[in-house]
Amino acid sequence: MDTRSAALRLKTRVFTILVVLSNVLGNFSLSWGLRRVGSLLSVSPLAYIEALGNPWVALGVSLLILWLLSHMALLSWADLSYVLPVTSIGYVLAAVVGRVFLHEHISTARWAGILLIVTGVALVARTAPRTAHGGGRR
Amino acid sequence: MKWLLVGVIVAATTLGEVFQAVAMKRHGEIRDFRPGALGRLLGLLARNRLILLSVAAMAVSFFAFMALLSVSDLSFAVPATAATYVLETVLAKYLLKEQISRGRWAGAWLVACGVALLSL
Repeated sequence: MDTRSAALRLKTRVFTILVVLSNVLGNFSLSWGLRRVGSLLSVSPLAYIEALGNPWVALGVSLLILWLLSHMALLSWADLSYVLPVTSIGYVLAAVVGRVFLHEHISTARWAGILLIVTGVALVARTAPRTAHGGGRR
Repeated sequence: MKWLLVGVIVAATTLGEVFQAVAMKRHGEIRDFRPGALGRLLGLLARNRLILLSVAAMAVSFFAFMALLSVSDLSFAVPATAATYVLETVLAKYLLKEQISRGRWAGAWLVACGVALLSL
């Protein structure tokens, strides 16, 4: 029973990391590419298809497909109310990536936001990933 | 225009993720990660109505997000989605019958407030 829940925890950790990394890198790549593509406020789907010709946009979309699939796998055993807050650590990672690679300024309010997210993630990560189907609580 | 896009993103993301969670819970825990088994799983999921509905909602959310990114910064676009945390936790409690302990509620609110602060 104990090895079973330990295995579930490890599997949950691995998939959480996969979900977070594919999401952060996917959004980063998409945002980077879209800055070169220009405004997409158009009714025609052609504008979106053309945007896919940009390699950064294409890489971003591929990573976001990986994100969708790993997110689905994670939800097959973990609670939505667990997955949602825990994967939000990606926002912190995105801010760090912006600071390190894009030299974006991080204001005091943003640092406070980052601190709140980290605290929230730590709180939720301590609960058992599964409660709905007799997973029990720690 | 920006805020209309935010509304579309929040509604579509919430619906998409809740449908996805319901469908995956009904399917049950994925244990076999060999390529053949994953291929069969994809085939099965591609015919699941809830998954199709969820993917459609997430596609709407994704294209609205792309449109928002093309007219605003990532630092406006990302925090605008904070409302989904609390909304989805409520739906997880009532639709998915998950036990939301105090730690989880506190976590969901902290994350939502934190995400909202990121835009400042």
